[in-house]
Amino acid sequence: MAGENPASTTEYIQHHLQNLVYGNHPDTGWSFAHSAQEAAEMGFMAIHVDSMAWSIGLGVIFCTAFRFAALRATTGVPTGLLNFVELIIEFIDGSVKDSFHGSNKMVAPLALTIFVWIFMMNLMDLLPVDLVPSILGTVGVHFQKIVPSTDPNITMGMALGVFILMLYYSIKIKGTGFIKELTMHPFNHWAFIPINLFMETVGLLAKPFSLGLRLFGNMYAGEMIFILIAMMFAAGAGTGLVAGGLHAQLFGEHTSALFWLVIFVLVVGVCWMNLKGKISTGKTVLLSAIFMTLGGGVFALGGGLMQWSWAVFHILVITLQAFIFMVLTVVYLSMAHEEH
Amino acid sequence: MELVIIAAAIMLGLGALGAAIGMGLLGGKLLEGTARQPELGPMLQGKMFLLAGLIDAVPIIGVGIAMYLIFVVAPSVGA
Repeated sequence: MAGENPASTTEYIQHHLQNLVYGNHPDTGWSFAHSAQEAAEMGFMAIHVDSMAWSIGLGVIFCTAFRFAALRATTGVPTGLLNFVELIIEFIDGSVKDSFHGSNKMVAPLALTIFVWIFMMNLMDLLPVDLVPSILGTVGVHFQKIVPSTDPNITMGMALGVFILMLYYSIKIKGTGFIKELTMHPFNHWAFIPINLFMETVGLLAKPFSLGLRLFGNMYAGEMIFILIAMMFAAGAGTGLVAGGLHAQLFGEHTSALFWLVIFVLVVGVCWMNLKGKISTGKTVLLSAIFMTLGGGVFALGGGLMQWSWAVFHILVITLQAFIFMVLTVVYLSMAHEEH
Repeated sequence: MELVIIAAAIMLGLGALGAAIGMGLLGGKLLEGTARQPELGPMLQGKMFLLAGLIDAVPIIGVGIAMYLIFVVAPSVGA
């Protein structure tokens, strides 16, 4: 964890913002990067293993869960997972019908995929920032970013996919009309063709660019604030039972990931018991506070509360950003289907 | 180092200012619209949330960059 001096807080933040990179290093060949500098030296042909693994893994979970529900769909009253899936599908269907006016069977499934997939990727932000990286750290994985949408490669990649679809349908539906739209649009005269082409190209390229950058920026800023709160309150660790907690007494300066995992499981367990109605809310709060104070001391408890309140606000942001990405994709594709 | 902090402050302040004006106009117009035609309320609210997300994006990106400047760039420049 971070100490008082600025050098190590900077290191802590930079460590959290570093992906697990696999690539061809000029000195060591094909291997995982051990530092940010090594990752930079690998150049263009390097892959962010963590972003790929988490995003593809979440995509597989989404596909299997929705397929599971789709195979069991009946005309009767749905329950549980089926109900949830039907709710999402009806919501997406409604939004697509509102803003898409062409005829294309692919747009609604695309919108569903984009919404649920981005929502799940953003949801990874709500897991405690240090939890997964420090658990993987004990088995020798040094860098781990578990929120794929804080990686510009993922968000710009998705925006590029949308851009290719926009171009494909523009050319397919409008044919030469698309060229006419690019060259004759604001000023309908042959002398203005270069100016028109420039303005329309900028407008066209700005769409995927802003789409990818908006999602990345929002998730990056949210992740940054989680990291800063974690850093601010971890600064007091290792100074006695009250401030540093049991953790500091047992392990001193070194962070033991398994210990944090035990505390996390205990707190989640208490909350789960409360949800199931086994214990009262007052007891839940008290037990969670005791576990967290024992685990990390008063500072960690304060940090936990701040993380929690930011996470509650962040639920709005992650849903809204997934929704906006979905709606804008549908609107852009709708524009590609309109003939003038 | 001081200039980096001031840059971050301008970034946060002006971003918040613009977004606050935008959000104020948006919310005010929504209330006006729903007061005139209450039956359009749910539809307008959905559109308002979409636009709120669009407005929200720019200052929140600014916050992210400003935090990076304050906590990562400024200490390394000052040292």
